[in-house]
Amino acid sequence: MTAVVAIITGIMLIIGALFALIASIGLLRLKDVYMRTHAASKAGTLGSGLMLLALALYAGDASVVTRAIAGVVFFLLTAPIAAHLLAKAAYEAGYQPCADTKIDALKETLPRKS
Amino acid sequence: MTSLFLINILLALAWAAVTGNFSEINLGFGLVLGFFALYLIREQVGTTAYFRRIRQALGLALLFIYELILSAWRVAVIVIQPKIELEPGIIAYPLTVDRDFEITMLANLITLTPGTLSVDVSDDRKTLYIHCIDVPDPQATIDDIKNGFERKILEVFR
Repeated sequence: MTAVVAIITGIMLIIGALFALIASIGLLRLKDVYMRTHAASKAGTLGSGLMLLALALYAGDASVVTRAIAGVVFFLLTAPIAAHLLAKAAYEAGYQPCADTKIDALKETLPRKS
Repeated sequence: MTSLFLINILLALAWAAVTGNFSEINLGFGLVLGFFALYLIREQVGTTAYFRRIRQALGLALLFIYELILSAWRVAVIVIQPKIELEPGIIAYPLTVDRDFEITMLANLITLTPGTLSVDVSDDRKTLYIHCIDVPDPQATIDDIKNGFERKILEVFR
């Protein structure tokens, strides 16, 4: 039983770490701040959430489990808000979306400072 | 809805007090027991709606987790491609939900779903501006959100 738990924990840790790695590769490779936010807010959240759940599974102690799950819940609550505020602040500060951007519905409504 | 949830919590506390054990597991068990007791008398006190809401809320949570995994996967596929070819764009999404709380919820769900990120809400709360990492067809994206998340949110909170 402990072996099974250890194997599952290991797999979850590796997948979580891979997603965290992908999030950081995304930060390097994508073209503008909005696309980078996509990578950080999604792959990053899933990666850290998986690793926290692995901890909850491995610890088997109610106090650690509740805290790990609370951590996951707060990740899910805060990551989208942070991403949204970053994107909004970047747009209002006049940061142009990259040249590939096809449509920009916000252009008419928000006066840019640039 | 809220008061029933409070009664459920009170029942859990009562269970913990009677058994003399306030550990998390026992409180959780009390919550399940209280839920079951309320479920038994749902016809008499007219609380069927409570259980339907709970089921719908659970459905929303499951959809959310599923979409999160899907979106992380899609970002992963995009990022590890040798050549990144995307058509990003900011689209205007006409909102049906109008309460602040629901808009917040929808914006958060949108941010954690594949390829979309909510950027701003218009001042009159009618339009949500969404940045999409790849929008070959803006109308399809809008329809997806309309039929998926927004309908679910309306089901749970109305």
